[in-house]
Formats: sequence, C-alpha cells, structure tokens
Amino acid sequence: MMPRLALTAAALTAAFASAGPAAAERLVTSISRHQVMVNSNFTGTSIVLFGTVEPDSAAATRRRNAGYDIVVTVTGPRQTVVTRRKERVVGIWTNVASRTFVDVPSYLAVFANQPFDKIANAETLRRQQIGIDNTLLPQQIGPDRGDPGPNDPFRANFVRLKTEHKLYVQTTNGVTLLTPTVFRAEVPLPAETMIGNYDVEVEVFADGAQVARGTSAFEIIKVGFEQFVANASRDHGVLYGLATAMMAIMTGWFASVVFRRD
Amino acid sequence: MQIYLPIADLPVDMFVVLAMGLAVGFISGMFGIGGGFLMTPLLIFIGIAPAVAVASVSTHIAASSCSGVISYWRRRAVDLPLGGVLLAGGIIGTALGVGLFTMLRRIGQLDLTIGISYVVLLSAVGALMINESLRAIIREQQGKPATPRRGGTHTWVHGLPLKMRFKRSKIYVSVIPVWLIGLLIGFVGAIMGIGGGFLLVPMLIYVLRVPTATVIGTSMVLTLITMASATVMHAATNHLVDIVLALILMTGGVVGAQFGARAGQNMRGERLRLLLGLLVLAVGLRFAYQLVVKPDDLYSIRLLGAE
Repeated sequence: MMPRLALTAAALTAAFASAGPAAAERLVTSISRHQVMVNSNFTGTSIVLFGTVEPDSAAATRRRNAGYDIVVTVTGPRQTVVTRRKERVVGIWTNVASRTFVDVPSYLAVFANQPFDKIANAETLRRQQIGIDNTLLPQQIGPDRGDPGPNDPFRANFVRLKTEHKLYVQTTNGVTLLTPTVFRAEVPLPAETMIGNYDVEVEVFADGAQVARGTSAFEIIKVGFEQFVANASRDHGVLYGLATAMMAIMTGWFASVVFRRD
Repeated sequence: MQIYLPIADLPVDMFVVLAMGLAVGFISGMFGIGGGFLMTPLLIFIGIAPAVAVASVSTHIAASSCSGVISYWRRRAVDLPLGGVLLAGGIIGTALGVGLFTMLRRIGQLDLTIGISYVVLLSAVGALMINESLRAIIREQQGKPATPRRGGTHTWVHGLPLKMRFKRSKIYVSVIPVWLIGLLIGFVGAIMGIGGGFLLVPMLIYVLRVPTATVIGTSMVLTLITMASATVMHAATNHLVDIVLALILMTGGVVGAQFGARAGQNMRGERLRLLLGLLVLAVGLRFAYQLVVKPDDLYSIRLLGAE
C-alpha cells in the first residue's frame, strides 16, 4: 500500500514538475567572464560556463539518477545578411539569386552532452529550437518572412559559410558532465565575433522533456584606443575623416622629407 | 604580428598589410597611378569587408600620391592648370557615377557591372598600351627615330575651340577634351571604386599628347585631391574608414612610392608604358578568369549594406 502511494505521489510530482520545470530542479550557472574586452591584440578567446542542477524533490532525485541532459545555446547580436547564389549566364558566372536573412544571430553556438536525438524527440527539439537546424533563421521571401527549414539550399549554404567562419558552432559533446549534476562547457569566440551582447541559454532535459532552464549573458566590448576610434568614427564622421585625410597628407609629406636625396 | 582593426572588426597580420602597402606603393610611384585597382581586391582577399576596403584604400592612395606629388613637384613635373581643368570635369563625373552606382545597387546588378567594366576597361587599356609601347620599342631598335612628338602634331582634338596653353606640359589644346577626360575618369572611378590613374595616364599621353614626364605628376595631383575628399566623404556618410588599416597601408605605401618614383624616373617612357600595360592587362584578365571559370563556392554571404 505504502509503496504504491509513494509511486503515485512521485508520478504526480513528475507531472507537476514538467508543467512548471523550475519547481523541481534548481539550475545554477556561472560564466567565467561577463565582459570580453577587445583591444589591439585581440585574436579571439573563449569563455567557460559552469553549472549545477540541484534536484529539489523526490521525483527530481529519481530523474537525477536516470541522468540529466544539458543543452547550452549562445546567441550573438542579430544581423541581416544577404546570401547570394552564382549561376552561369551567357558564359559569365554572376549572382542571380539572393535571399535576405533578417535579424539572424551573427554568432550561434549549440553545445550538448550527447546527440540531440537522444535528448528529446524531434518534435520537442523543433519546438524548443534546439540545434542550428531547429533555430529559426527567418528569410525575407517577397512580402513574407519565414524559415523554409534545414533543407532549403540558401539556408543550408548560409549555415555552412557561417560554420566555416566558426561563427556557427554545434557540438554534441561540447558539454561535459563532471558529475551527474555538475557540467562545464567552453564557448569559443573567434576574432570575427561581433561587438555586442551575447545571450547564453542553458536547458536541462530528463526523460526527453525539459525540466529546467536558465539564462545568462556576456558582452563583447571594445576598450581603450579601439573604442575611441570606433566612437570617433561613428559620432564625429566629418572630423574623423578630416583627421584621417590630414594624417595621409602628413605621412606623404614626412616620407618625401625623409627620403629626399637632393 | 596580429593587430585588431577597430572599424573592420577583425585582426590582420600587420606585416602582411605593410608588405601589400609597400608593393602597391612602389607600383603607384613608378607609374603615377593610385593603385586602388590592385589594393582593394587584395584587402577583400584577406577578409576585409569590401566597403571598408574601398573607404580605407582611398586614404592610403591619398598618402601615396601626396608623397609622389612632392617628389614630382621638386622635379617641376606637375602641371597645375591642367590638373585644375581635369578636376573640374572630375567632380561632375563623380557625381554622375555615384548616381548610377546607387541605381545599379538598387536593381542588384552592381557586382556584374563592376566585374565586366573591370575586364573590358583594363583589358582594352592594357592591350592598347602594350601595342603602342612595343611599336615604339621596335622602331627604336630598328634604328629609326622614336615617334617625334613635335609641337605641330595635330589631330581632330586640336581643332576644338576654347584653346588654352598649358606651359609646363608644352601643349596648346582646347579645354573641352581635357574637361571631358576629367569627367570620364570621375564617372568610371566612382562606379569602379578606383582613382582612375591607370586610365588618366594613357589618355593624357595619347589623346592630349602630354609628355610622359608631366603626365605622372599631374595625374597624382588629381588622385591626391579626389582621394583625400573621398576619405572625408566615406568617413562622413558610411563611417567605414579604418584609420589603423589606413595607417599601416600608407606607411608601406609612401615608402614604396618613393622607391617607385625613383625607379620610374630612371626608366625610358615606352618601357614604363609597356610595364604598366602588362600590369593593367594582367589584372583585367584576372577579373575575366573570375567571371568565366566556375567559382569554388557558388554561394556567398554578406552583411546587408556592406558592399
């Protein structure tokens, strides 16, 4: 009698837990840096994310014993990108077709502790936008915006080119579970990463369903001389231009003085 | 040594960029051209966004040509009145070119237009220069006197009204063709994103019969003024001039230009024209190859507005 009751209670708790994920598992995350400074010798870096999942209920404890799955998604500042395709027209290779990807992440990194299809079913992955294939990358198609899905050639090639620049990353062993409840992930940031705010989303799955979710963020900023130049160029364009032109003329004059022979 | 460029937003190897500046500077000093048609593709090749490349190259060319102008000025090889008339046409041509540029960009055929105009212009100009200079060299080697550039050689150009005497160039021509050449250079330059020196030099030589010596100095004055104003305009409107990139390029550029100018002065005019012709033709053929041969990657991505 007692074990049966306990089981029912456990089932009930599980049901509640999946209805309100935060109730049963407590997710605590920490990232190594909240600010990445870009100075003159910046050539890319990486930041490290640590996290723990603390089971808060009997059902959660049972789930912990079954094992948690972790998915970490890092999304960079949005940008609008044109993807073009070349074709041969009267013997000349030229851009004939193009698609505009509107407000898509300039940087997108997805890390998990095992292949996505072992974490949850396809429907859940699609709904939760887990993985690059399931992340919405809206294109402007005529008057409408939409994502035709991973088989669309423009989308596939956009993702391929982004991946070649290491700006889109997806690894299904990028999250290491140090203990069943403590995990670690390293986020590589190549030198071309855009300046701006980066969102970090951590999702915890158990038995194919999301049980906890947490967000964090970091920013990439220019400092010192780089910041001064970027600000001057943006806020005082004419002055900046005049200064640059003057610099050019002075450099030219200086060289002719230095190299004067006669 | 890697250095981060604050406007281009990416790190580059400083010595690679410096070497590029030196090489292009040498060529520009030698032939009196800006070298934009060489430098811009090089920068795009190392990963800099085309718009930043075009804007920053204009600064580099301003510095290179400034150092060149001073060298030629000391040798009394600059014809200021001629430069002034060319510039008057150039300003109007640039405005017209910018207008067409905007229109082509709107209808999405800018890339193709730029590609084809590079091929047609560079190949044609290169081939013409090679042809002419080879004839001159052959004639000379056969022992015949080089084509006399007598004061009295007249073509239809010399029959036009509004004549003006350009003392330093020892020519007496109508301002109309001079002004039209300036207009054409400005127009083509704005569309192709180049200073147009490689077009101006042969036009001044063949159409106006300006002696090679003053052609280069005068062309450089024009380049200096247009590129310095292009720097200010690019900075004011697009905020895309990278001062760090420009500084590295121009440091290499001015040094290269000094040696180039010296090398150019020690070389015979027709040899110089043959070399420039070969260079221009080679770049033209390179662009033709790019248009005709199937590219490695049919797809390309670019930030909206960064082209």
